[in-house]
Amino acid sequence: MKGLGETLGSGAMTNDFDSLRRADVILVMGSNTTETHPVIGSWIKERHDQGATLIVGDPRKTEIAGHADIHLQLQSGSDVALANGLMHVILRDGLHDRAFIDERVEGLDTLRETVAWYTPERTAELTGLPRERIEEAARLYASGPDSAICYTMGITQHTTGTDNVRSLANLALLCGMLGRPGTGVNPLRGQSNVQGACDMGALPNVYTGYQKVVDDRIREKFSTLWKAEMPAQPGRTVMKMMEAAGSGDIRGVLIMGENPMVSDPNTEHVRECLTNLDLLVVQDIFLTETARLADVVLPAACLPEKDGTLTNTTRTVQRVRKAVDAPGAARPDWAITTALAGAMGADWAFRGPEEIFQAIAACTPSYAGISYERLEEGGLPWPCPAPDHPGTPNLYTEGFNRPGGKARFLPRHWKAPHEWPDEAYPFLATTGRLLYHYHTGSMSRRSAPGEHVRELFIEMNPADAKPLGVGDGEMIRVTSRRGHVEGRTAVTDRVPPGTLFIPFHFAEAAANLLTASVIDPDSETPAYKITAVRVDKV
Amino acid sequence: MASITMTINGTTVTTEPGTTILEAAQSAGIHIPTLCHHPALPPVGACRVCLVEAEGSGKLLTSCTTPAAEGMSVRTHSPRVLEARRFVVEMILLRHPLDCFSCPSNGNCELQDIAYELGIEESSFAEEGDTCRDHPLEEDNPYFVRDLNKCILCGRCIRACDSLARYHAVDFHNRGIHTMVHPPADRTLEESDCTFCGQCVQLCPVGALAEKPSRGRGRPWELHPVTTVCPYCGVGCELEIQVNSKTGRIANVTSDYGSPTSLNRGRTCVKGRFAWQFVHSGERLTTPLVRRDGELREASWEEALETAAAGLQRIKSDHGPDSLGFFSSARCTNEENYLMQRLAREVVGTNNIDHCAHL
Repeated sequence: MKGLGETLGSGAMTNDFDSLRRADVILVMGSNTTETHPVIGSWIKERHDQGATLIVGDPRKTEIAGHADIHLQLQSGSDVALANGLMHVILRDGLHDRAFIDERVEGLDTLRETVAWYTPERTAELTGLPRERIEEAARLYASGPDSAICYTMGITQHTTGTDNVRSLANLALLCGMLGRPGTGVNPLRGQSNVQGACDMGALPNVYTGYQKVVDDRIREKFSTLWKAEMPAQPGRTVMKMMEAAGSGDIRGVLIMGENPMVSDPNTEHVRECLTNLDLLVVQDIFLTETARLADVVLPAACLPEKDGTLTNTTRTVQRVRKAVDAPGAARPDWAITTALAGAMGADWAFRGPEEIFQAIAACTPSYAGISYERLEEGGLPWPCPAPDHPGTPNLYTEGFNRPGGKARFLPRHWKAPHEWPDEAYPFLATTGRLLYHYHTGSMSRRSAPGEHVRELFIEMNPADAKPLGVGDGEMIRVTSRRGHVEGRTAVTDRVPPGTLFIPFHFAEAAANLLTASVIDPDSETPAYKITAVRVDKV
Repeated sequence: MASITMTINGTTVTTEPGTTILEAAQSAGIHIPTLCHHPALPPVGACRVCLVEAEGSGKLLTSCTTPAAEGMSVRTHSPRVLEARRFVVEMILLRHPLDCFSCPSNGNCELQDIAYELGIEESSFAEEGDTCRDHPLEEDNPYFVRDLNKCILCGRCIRACDSLARYHAVDFHNRGIHTMVHPPADRTLEESDCTFCGQCVQLCPVGALAEKPSRGRGRPWELHPVTTVCPYCGVGCELEIQVNSKTGRIANVTSDYGSPTSLNRGRTCVKGRFAWQFVHSGERLTTPLVRRDGELREASWEEALETAAAGLQRIKSDHGPDSLGFFSSARCTNEENYLMQRLAREVVGTNNIDHCAHL
C-alpha cells in the first residue's frame, strides 16, 4: 500500500480482471496465485494458453511457476536486487519507454544511478539466478506490448517489503506499463475485505478514502461531521499496539473478527501482550485462541448472515446479502458496534447497513457515487465520485494521484534480510497459505477442507531430508530463536534445498511460534517470509 | 458485417454471423433441448440431442456447433428430428440407471427433463444392454461424490476442468462401451491434479457428480438462491447460496455462469463452493461471555455491553484515549469497518485503529 501510494498515488490494484485477461506478458512475483487466488490463477493460465508470456518470480516451484515460460527461482529476500537487475538491462539496452517517462514520471536520473550497480553479473550473484534468465525476462517484460505485474505477500512480508513494492512500481513506470488495459501493478488481496477495511479508514493514519488524519482541513471536516474533536496524531499500527499492550502503554483493546494469537508473529509474545491488558473485548464468530483470552466476548454474525458491502482486490464495491439467520443471540458486527457506541454515550441512528453506507458515501469522495440501488446492477470500482460516474476499472489513464499528475521513481538498494541461516539455524523457513485453508483456519477447518487437509505439513527438499534421515510424512521439529513447531514432512522439490515451507493455518502447530516480531519499517508488515530455523527428527 | 436472416420453424430470425443455430433459436425464444452443451463451455456436439433438420441438408445437424447461415431454413421439432432425438436419448438411457428417487439430482437433472419432454419412460433398448455396470461409488474426498454408473459421457466435466479450472484432471478413457471419465494413469481423483473447485459438479447435467456437503440438506425444489460474495480471499467471487426454505439453513453453494454481475464469471475454487459448513458449526458463539472469577461465563447482551463499555470508559478516563486500541477486520463489511473507526476516533478519541491487512 505504502510503496504504491508513494510512487503512483494510490495503494491498490491499478487494473481490473478484464485488463489482466488482455495482457501480453504477465509477471507474477511472490504469488502462489493458483492456490491463494485460484480464480485469478485460472485466468492467468488461460491467457498464457492463448499465447501470453508468463514469468514467475518465486523461490518455490509453485503450480503457476510450473506453467511459466521463465521461472525466476530467486533467493528469498532478493526481490529488490532482481527488479534493479531487470531495470539495469532495460536501461542498458534502451528498452525503456522514453515518451511515457518524459510526460508522466519524475526522477529517472536517480533511478539510473541506483540500478547502474546491478549488472547482470551482480544481480545473478545476489539472486542466485543465471544471468541469461535475468536478461531474457527483462527483454520480455519491456517489450510487452502490454505487460502486467501481479504480486502478493511473497513481496510484502519482508523487512524490505515496501522497497520490494517500490521497485516493482519503478519497473512498471520505466517501461510505461501503467494507465491502460493489459498493464498495471496489481497487489492481489488475500482477504475478502482487505481493500474495503483500508478504504474505510481502519488504519491509524487515514479516515475513509485515505483522507489523512494529519491534514487540518480533513480533521476539521470530520470533527464537524461527527461532532467530536478528532485526534491530531496518527495512531499505532497493529504491531505497535501489540507492543504497547506489552509495555502497558495500551490498557484496553477491542478486537473485531481477528485472531492475532494465530495470525501475528511470535505467538508467545502476543500472548504476553494480550494477557497484560486490563481489558480485552473480542467480537467473533468462534471462541478463537484470541477470544479465549478476552474479558468480554461478543458473538457475531458471519458474512452469509448479514447485509453489507465488500470491496474486492480490484477496488470493486459489491453487495453481500443475508442468506440465513445468525445462531442464538449472535448479532452482526455493525449492530454490536452501534450498541457499544450507544452504551458509551454516542447516539448513532443507523437502522441498518444501507444507512451506514449512505454515511460512508457522504464523507468519502471516492465512494460518493455508489449506492445500494446502483450496486443491484453490479459492483462499482472506485473512484466513483458521482451518481452518474461509471466507476474506474483502470487507474491512471490520465494522470497519477500525485502533485502535477506525475508518478515518481523511488529507487532503492537491496538490503540483507533481518536474519539469515547460520550454523545454529541452518534452514530458511517461509510461511504461507494453502489452497484448502484460509488464514487462521477458524472457518475452513470447520468446513469440508478441514477433513481433507487436517494437519500441518512442512515442505522440505529431498536433498535436505536425506542427510537428516527423514522420510516423507515423518515427524520433524522445527526450531527458531523464538519457539518450535512439530509437523509431518512433505518431501518435495517444490522448495529449493535449504528452504522449508510452513503453512500458518494450524493453531495447534502455529508457524508463527517461529517467526520474529520484526517488521518492514515503512509498512509495519511482519517479515514472515524469512526465518532461520533448525530441523530435528522427532 | 451484415446480419443473417434465416427461418426457424417458419419464423424469420435475424442473427449475427458467427452465432450457432442453437443461439439463433434461443434468441428467438425457440427451445432446442441440449445435454452436452453449456454456454460456459466450448461446444463439442457430442450428445446429438440438439439435432435439427435444415432444408437441403441431407443429414441432421447439431445445432450447438453448426453456424447459422443466410437463407437457412431450420426445423427443430419435425418428425424426423423427434425420432432421431428419441433414439439418442434412449441410447443414453441404455447406460443410465433409473433410480431417480434416490438421486441427489432428482429435479435438477437435464436428462430427466429431456426424457420428460420427449415422453420417454425407459429405454426400449434396455434388455439389449448390460451397460449400467457396477462402478463403485467414488467418495474418498469430502467435497463431491462420483457415481460413474450415471455418467452419460457428455464431457462437460472434462471441458469444465480444461477451460474454466484450467487443470486437466480428467479425460475420456477406454473405447466404445467401456468409455469412462477418469484421471490419467489409473490415479484416483485425490492423486490427480484435481483441486476440487467443484465446477464440474455444478456443470454435470445428471447425478454422476454430486456435492457431498449438501447431501440430505434439501431437494432442489426446496432451495432458493441468495446472490452474495464469497467470504474467503479478495477476488470477490459472486456465489449463489442455496438456502433450504424449510430449515432456513444453507444446503449448497453454487455460482451463476451467466450472471452479468459476476466478476468471476461463475468460476470458483474449492473454498468458495465447499467451505461453508462453518456457518452452521455447533461451535459458533451464540451468547455473549463475560469473565467472572477467572472464567468466561454466559451473560446477557446488556451485561456484556455494559461491562465492555464501562471498562473502555474507565481506561479512557484514567489513562487517556490513546491507552485504548482497536483492531478492525478485513473479514467484516465496509459498513462495520467504518463504524469501528468511528468508535475509535469519534467515541473514544484515538487513531489507534488498524486491521491485519499485512498478515
